Amino acid sequence: MAKVPAAVIGVGQTKYQAARKDVSIAGLLREAVDRALADAQLTFADIDAVVVGKAPDLFEGVMMPELYLADALGAAGKPLLRVHTAGSVGGSTAIVAASLVQAGVHERVLTVAFEKQSESNAMWALSVPVPFIMPVHAGAGGYFAPHVRSYIRRSGAPTNIGAIVAAKDRQNALKNPYAHLRNENTTVESVLASTMLWDPIRYDETCPSSDGACAMVIASESAVGTSGVTNPAWIHGTQMRSEPTTAAERDQVNPQAGREAAAALWKQAGITSPIDEIDCAEIYVPFSWFEPMWLENLGFAAEGEGWKLTEAGETALGGRIPVNMSGGVLSSNPIGASGMIRFAEASLQVMGEAGEHQVDGARKALGHAYGGGSQFFAMWVVGADKPSN
Amino acid sequence: MRDVAVVAFSQRQMKEMDGSPTCVELLVPIFGELYEQTGWTKKDIDFWCSGSSDYLAGRSFSFVSAVDAIGALPPVMESHVEMDAAWALYEAWVKIQTGEIDTAAVYGFGKASAGVLRRTLSLQLDPYTVQPLWPDTVSLNGLQAREGLEKGLWDEKATAEVVARSMTDAAANEWAIRKGATSVDDVLAQPMYADPLRRWDIAPVSDGAAAIVIAAGDKAYEARETPAWITGFEHRIEPIALNARDLTTSTSTALAGRAAGTAGVDLAELHAPFSHQEIILREALGLASDVTVNPSGGALTANPMFTAGLNRIGEASRRIWAGESEKALAHSTSGPVLQQNLVCTLASKKGSN
Amino acid sequence: MAPSESRVLSAPMKVEFDYTRSLGPVLSRFMSALAQQQVLGGVLADGRVVVPPPEFDPVTHAAVTELVPVSSAGVVQTWTWVTEPVKDQPLDRPFAFAHVLLDGSDAPILHAVSVDSPAAMSTGMRVKVRWADEPTGTIRDIAWFEPVGDEEPAPSASVETTGEPEITGIISPVNLEYMYAASPEESKFFRGLAEGRILGQRCPKCQKVYVPPRGACPVDGVPTAEEIELPDRGTVTTFCIVNVPFQGQKIPIPYVSAYVLLDGADIAFLHLILECDAADVRMGMRVEAVWKPREEWTTDLNNIKYFRPTGEPDAEYETYKQHL
Repeated sequence: MAKVPAAVIGVGQTKYQAARKDVSIAGLLREAVDRALADAQLTFADIDAVVVGKAPDLFEGVMMPELYLADALGAAGKPLLRVHTAGSVGGSTAIVAASLVQAGVHERVLTVAFEKQSESNAMWALSVPVPFIMPVHAGAGGYFAPHVRSYIRRSGAPTNIGAIVAAKDRQNALKNPYAHLRNENTTVESVLASTMLWDPIRYDETCPSSDGACAMVIASESAVGTSGVTNPAWIHGTQMRSEPTTAAERDQVNPQAGREAAAALWKQAGITSPIDEIDCAEIYVPFSWFEPMWLENLGFAAEGEGWKLTEAGETALGGRIPVNMSGGVLSSNPIGASGMIRFAEASLQVMGEAGEHQVDGARKALGHAYGGGSQFFAMWVVGADKPSN
Repeated sequence: MRDVAVVAFSQRQMKEMDGSPTCVELLVPIFGELYEQTGWTKKDIDFWCSGSSDYLAGRSFSFVSAVDAIGALPPVMESHVEMDAAWALYEAWVKIQTGEIDTAAVYGFGKASAGVLRRTLSLQLDPYTVQPLWPDTVSLNGLQAREGLEKGLWDEKATAEVVARSMTDAAANEWAIRKGATSVDDVLAQPMYADPLRRWDIAPVSDGAAAIVIAAGDKAYEARETPAWITGFEHRIEPIALNARDLTTSTSTALAGRAAGTAGVDLAELHAPFSHQEIILREALGLASDVTVNPSGGALTANPMFTAGLNRIGEASRRIWAGESEKALAHSTSGPVLQQNLVCTLASKKGSN
Repeated sequence: MAPSESRVLSAPMKVEFDYTRSLGPVLSRFMSALAQQQVLGGVLADGRVVVPPPEFDPVTHAAVTELVPVSSAGVVQTWTWVTEPVKDQPLDRPFAFAHVLLDGSDAPILHAVSVDSPAAMSTGMRVKVRWADEPTGTIRDIAWFEPVGDEEPAPSASVETTGEPEITGIISPVNLEYMYAASPEESKFFRGLAEGRILGQRCPKCQKVYVPPRGACPVDGVPTAEEIELPDRGTVTTFCIVNVPFQGQKIPIPYVSAYVLLDGADIAFLHLILECDAADVRMGMRVEAVWKPREEWTTDLNNIKYFRPTGEPDAEYETYKQHL
C-alpha cells in the first residue's frame, strides 16, 4: 500500500526562557499551537487529531498532562495521543503525527511538544533517590561526560572541539528570536575559560534549562493542495530505533541504534551521500561534543572524523553541512520539546522561513533527536520538493 | 486500509506483584508466550510499542528498562505512549497502515500496588484548581454514579447485576483477582464503602502486564489460522473538567463507537473500572441486549493500570480465535471518569465492517 | 517479614517536590480573588458562567477574558462519601466530595463538603464556602463547603478585580510514597553486598557476566542466571570529574565518577574513585573497592564507599576499549 505523502504546513514556537512566569502550562502550549495554526492558515476546526509529546511527567508534577490539556488544545471530541520516549520524544511525537497522515487515517494533524522546566528541577526529577542504589553521576552532564571522554580518546580529537561547537551554536542563537541563551560575547576562548563542570564538559558546553513549546501542523498531499501554504516541508523519511541503556560491550559513543536509524533514513529518503545531499541539519546536541559524535553516528563523516568537520568550520552557517543554525539544544532546551524543535527548524529551513538563520537555498534538511543513555533515536528528512519515492 | 489482525496475546494480572516496578520479570515470560503462539522470534517483529506510566512506578523513564525484556540489541524500532497500552496498539496499527512494517508487538505494564493508586491518580487532574484538593479516583467516579442513580438512569440493582455477572464470569479467568459465583443479593448485602459505591463496584487495585502481536495480511495467517481481524479502530477524548461534561453519558465512547462501526457485534469487552460505567458504555455504544459483555469478568475483576485496556482487546481476540464470536468489540478507557475512550472492533472475517 | 523471606528486597521510597506553578492571566485573577474571599467565574462566549474559570473557551477556543463574581453559596448537584480520606485532602476525617453549583454560575465546582455522616448529605442541599483561616491564593482558600443552615450568607462584598492580580503563581506540594522493590536478580546482588560479596550473573545465551545481574539480559531478553562471584577490583574504563554539587549529594567536589569494569565482568558500573587526586585518574587505571566497616554493611551499594587505585600498571587500552 502506498504511503500518503505528507508535509509540514505550519510551525509555531514559544519564546524559550528559563522561566515563563507569565503563562500556565496550557498558556505556554497555546502560544506555540496558535502560531502553528496561523502559519498553516488553519483553525482548530480543521484539525483531525492531536499528538502531544513531553519528557517525564515528574518535571511538571502532572500525570499525563495531555488529559488536562485536551480542551485547551482543541482536542475535545477528537483523537489525542501522548508520546513519551525520553529525550527523543519531540522527534518521536512528530513521527507519530506524520504516520497518522501517511497511513491515510487523517488529513491534518496538530502536534505539540513542551516542557515547563521551571515548575520543578530537572536534576531532581531525573534522579529521585531509589533504595539500595548510590547515585554518583550528578545529573545528565555527569552521565554523558565519561562517554565524551571515550570519544576524545577514540578519535584523538583536539580538546577544544567542544568549545568550537558551543561558540558556533551560541552565535547562531543570536539570529534566532526564540532562542533562550543570547550572549553576544561567546567565543571559543570564553567557552574554554568557563568552569569545568563535569570534566571534560565545561559550563558553556552544556544546555540551559528552558520553558517552551513547539508545534507543527502536518497535512496530507491533498490537504496541502487545498491549504494556502505554497512552501510545505515534505517528509522524505522518518526513523526511530531503540536499544538498551546498558549492555555488555554496547557502544555508547557511536550507538548502533543511531547508526541503523540513519542508514535506514538515508535509504528511505533516497540519499546516498548525506554530506553532499543534505543542505543543513538540526541535530540534538545537549553537550557540545555530541556534534562531532553524531556527525559520525549519522554518517556525515567516517568514524573518528566528525571533529574535523567541526574544526574546519564546515558545520557553521555557510559551511559544507551547517548544523544547528537555530542555536540548537545548547541555546534552548525545553527537554520534551527539544526534539520537535529540531524537526521544526529543519522544516523551516526547507520552507525558506528560517529568517536570519536561513541556509541559502536549503532544499533538504535533517531533524534529529536522541534520548535516554544515547539509546533512543528519532530522525526525519524534510525537503522542499515532494518526495519521488 | 490494510487488513491487520491480532494473532497473539499473553497477560498477567495479580493483586500484588512480588517484583520490581519495571515489570521485566512479567514481560519476559509474556514475550516468550507470544513467540510460542506465533512460532516467531524477535526477528519477526518489525515494531515494538508500549504503554506505561512514570507516576505509577514513582520514577522518571520507568519504561526504559522494560526495553531490556525485548533483548534490544541489535536495536529495535520502538515507541512508547504514556497511556494504556491499547493506545500503543493503535500507534502500532497506524504504523502498519503506513506500509513501513507488517508486524508489531505491543505491551503494557504497571505495578499500581507500589503506591496509593487512588491518590496518585489525582495528579491527572487540573493542576491549578482541582489537583490541590487531591480528589481521589473513587470519589470522582462516585459523583458520576450518584448522578446516574438520582436521574433514574440506572438503579443499584442494575449495577449489582453487573458486579454479580462479572465476578461469576471471572471464575473461569485464571488471571482475574476478584472472582467467584456471586448473586445480586450477595452484592447488595455488602456495606457501602464510598456512598453510593460498594467496594465490589470498584475495580481492585491490580498489578500486571500484557502483550499483543498484530500482523498484516498474509503475515497474520503465518502466525495463526484464525486471526482476529481489526475492522475498526478509533479513539476520542473529552475535556478533563467534570463540569464540562454530562457525566451520565460517554460522548467520546459514542463517537469512537460510531466511527469504528458497531453493527453486528456479538460480544464486547468493556473497560469499565466501576460497575455503573458498564451501563454508560453499553448505552453509548448502542449495544443490543443479546451482546455478551465482559465474559472475562472485565476490569471490575482485575484492572492493571496501563494494561487493562489492552487486555480487553486481547480477551475479545481470544473469543474470535476460539470461534466463540464472529464480531467483537473491545473498549479501553483512560483519564478521570471515562475522559478518553478507545474502541477496537475485531472479526473472524477480513473487512467485515 | 524478614528480608530473607521474600523473593525481592523492598524499601519505602518518597517522591517529593514543591512545584512552582505560574498561573497566567485567568487563573491569576481567580486565585487573587479567592485570597480576598471572592469566587470568580469565567464568562464563556455563549454567556455561561463557569467556576473555576477555564483559560480557553471550550467552543471558540479563544482565551477567556471576562471574569465575574459569583456567590459563595450554592446547591449540591452530586456527591460521594469519602470514608477513608487520603493524605492532603481538604479534611482528614470522613467528608463528602461534591459538585456545588454556586448561585450565579452555570457549571458546578468540585470541592469538599464537611458534614458528619453521609446521612447529612443530599443532592439539592444548600452549602456555602468555609474560607481558610489564612489565605494562600490557591483553591485551598476555600477550606471546604458546609451546610448553609438557617442563615444564608450575605452576598460577599464586591472586591476590586481590575488591575494587576496579586497572585501570579502557586506552590503545589506533591508528596507520594511508594514501596520500591528490586528485581529478584538485583535482590540477590544487594543481599550479597550485605555479606561483602559482589555477585554477578551470567546470561545463559550470550554468556556475558552482568553485575548487577539482570531480570533480562538486554541483548537476549532472558534473565541472567548462573551466579558468579566477582573480585572487588577492576579497571576504570572511562570517567568524569564532577565539579558541580547536586541535590542530595554528600561527596565533596571535585570527585571522580567512573565506570569500573570488575575483573571477570562484561559490563562496567558507575562508582566513585577517591584516595587520589582527581587529576591523576586515568582511563585504564586499576582500582579496588574500599568497603565500609563490616558492622555497617546493609543490602546497599553504599557498602562500597568508593574505589581507590591499586598501584598496579594501567590496563592496556585494547583490553577495555570494547566497553566504551
